[in-house]
Amino acid sequence: MADELQVADRPAEKIIAPGYTFGAITDQIATVVLTTRTPVFWMAGFGLGLVLLLLFLLAVGVLLAKGTGVWGIRTPVMWGFAITNFVWWIGIGHAGTLISAILLLLNQRWRNSINRFAEAMTLFAVACAGMFPLLHMGRPWLFYWLMPYPNAMGIEPNFRSPLVWDVFAVSTYATVSLLFWYVGLMPDLATLRDRAGNKLARLIYAVGAMGWRGSARHWSVYETASLLLAGIATPLVLSVHTVVSFDFTIGIVPGWHSTFFPPYFVAGAIYSGFAMVLALAIPLRSVYGLKGLITDKHLDNSAKVMLATGLIVGYAYAMEAFTGWYSGNVYEHAVTVNRMTGPYALQYWTLVLCNIVAPNFLWIRKFRSTPWLLFIWSLIVLVGMWLERYVIIVSSLAQDHLVSSWRVFQGTRWDWATYAGTIGLFLFLFFLFIRLLPMISIFEVRTLLPQAKVEAGEDRR
Amino acid sequence: MSAPIHGLMAEFDNPTELVEAARAARGKGYRKLDAYSPFPIEELSGALGLHHNKLPLIVLAGGVIGGISGYLLQYFVSVIYFPINVGGRPLHSWPSYIVITFEMTILFAALAAVLGLMGLCGLPQPYHPVFNVPRFALASRNRFFLCIEASDPLFDAERTAGFLETLEPKEVSEVAE
Repeated sequence: MADELQVADRPAEKIIAPGYTFGAITDQIATVVLTTRTPVFWMAGFGLGLVLLLLFLLAVGVLLAKGTGVWGIRTPVMWGFAITNFVWWIGIGHAGTLISAILLLLNQRWRNSINRFAEAMTLFAVACAGMFPLLHMGRPWLFYWLMPYPNAMGIEPNFRSPLVWDVFAVSTYATVSLLFWYVGLMPDLATLRDRAGNKLARLIYAVGAMGWRGSARHWSVYETASLLLAGIATPLVLSVHTVVSFDFTIGIVPGWHSTFFPPYFVAGAIYSGFAMVLALAIPLRSVYGLKGLITDKHLDNSAKVMLATGLIVGYAYAMEAFTGWYSGNVYEHAVTVNRMTGPYALQYWTLVLCNIVAPNFLWIRKFRSTPWLLFIWSLIVLVGMWLERYVIIVSSLAQDHLVSSWRVFQGTRWDWATYAGTIGLFLFLFFLFIRLLPMISIFEVRTLLPQAKVEAGEDRR
Repeated sequence: MSAPIHGLMAEFDNPTELVEAARAARGKGYRKLDAYSPFPIEELSGALGLHHNKLPLIVLAGGVIGGISGYLLQYFVSVIYFPINVGGRPLHSWPSYIVITFEMTILFAALAAVLGLMGLCGLPQPYHPVFNVPRFALASRNRFFLCIEASDPLFDAERTAGFLETLEPKEVSEVAE
């Protein structure tokens, strides 16, 4: 920008390319939204999302017409794909809150460039996750029976059940994520309002911005609110997957009834979530030319988080096998051996490959600095984490205490259609988001510039 | 000048100048002033003499109300309204109430934070005079503004404009009411 001073020194941490100005940042991020030209990449991604979303609607239609029997769930494996997908999606969401809340409290400034789309990812992943317990009910239109309210049936939820805890945890998580995301968006909506050429667009962004004008009084309250929301969201995000793991650990099913599930689930959630962040960031920054804002340093840092949480997950697998043996419990022992050698051995060893072997390649710098390799690796991690939930849920349920009820689980085509359908829902929402809202937080990236610092007043006067 | 004005606004092109201008205006005795910037500037709060806001208290209150009502809800439903005897276990089994109590604390605290933010900032606000300055659109981009409001007892259109000029802004403009 010619009308603005450029500061030549490079920000120390390489989290933004040199040469950026406040104006250049604003233009680059806002133009993605305000342009009338839509890239082919967007059309393709949105199109794929739309097609899969239609598949989802078809699968849900069939499910509602015929009942949950169209899925592969049969006694004793009544959780099957539905709960596997639920846990997988909600785990993916966790990285967004980790980036937006925990890294904010830890003063990790590199988060500023990736928190917006990571939070959007959280919201959409939670939306996809929520579909499964709802559809799994068989009569989703009666979902409100889960909530305590005065009713003529004279029944109330049982607050001693982890499934009811889950309802509260997930709905609180969805609400708080939405609030946090919206508060973060307000100043950027004001930017779009002030820049939009189209009258209707300006009106819509103006309504969204709620009259934000960047007043110092507002910023001071705003900063307090961001910190407080981050402080609130931090224990929340750790609690959500903990509560999800309670769905398993509170039960006495062998392979589930274990005290290390909560930290193991949280680590797994962040592991798969960062994989999704990378899978989204790598193509986006190439297509939209955002490599100056989402730099190699961001990919490197995300890969390191993935490596660290991956190692925790690997440790958890080792402990899972160890406790199976050390407990001396014949059922625990049998389940552990069955997982490794039984009908789900293929899934088990694939997940070991994806979640224990694969992340160790990230020790090598070359891997962390090669975007296309990271992209492939993040897909491997996503597959691995899906298999992990599948193995935990299906293999434990399929071979429970009573040998006569054992049964091998098979997902039907409608299981796969519903799962693929929620991927479509996710892509559909995510591509709408990057077209309609700034995918990088404009005002937070401005604060990364060296010229955003106020020089000490005394020596200049 | 016949039409009433909201105040006078000076435009700067970097945060350091804005903070210095705000300090100078406070030093001159102006109290009704506000600064506008495209991102939060920590030093501005000190320069403008902004007090600590009440938001933390609001959030604390929200959290406490949420936690208490979450616990009481479960107590009322499980013990009084709809007691279920499961193997003779106590109805008031408080450890199992912890999770929902915690979630309700978080939910109410977060709602209080957002509503408190809106309330303390007076948002949503459909109209504000500063938007009458055409260049103010840049306050959400790369420009920094200081506005001395006409309601300040020291405000005098000519003298205040003269004072703002001494701060070497890019431009001084009148803000129509």
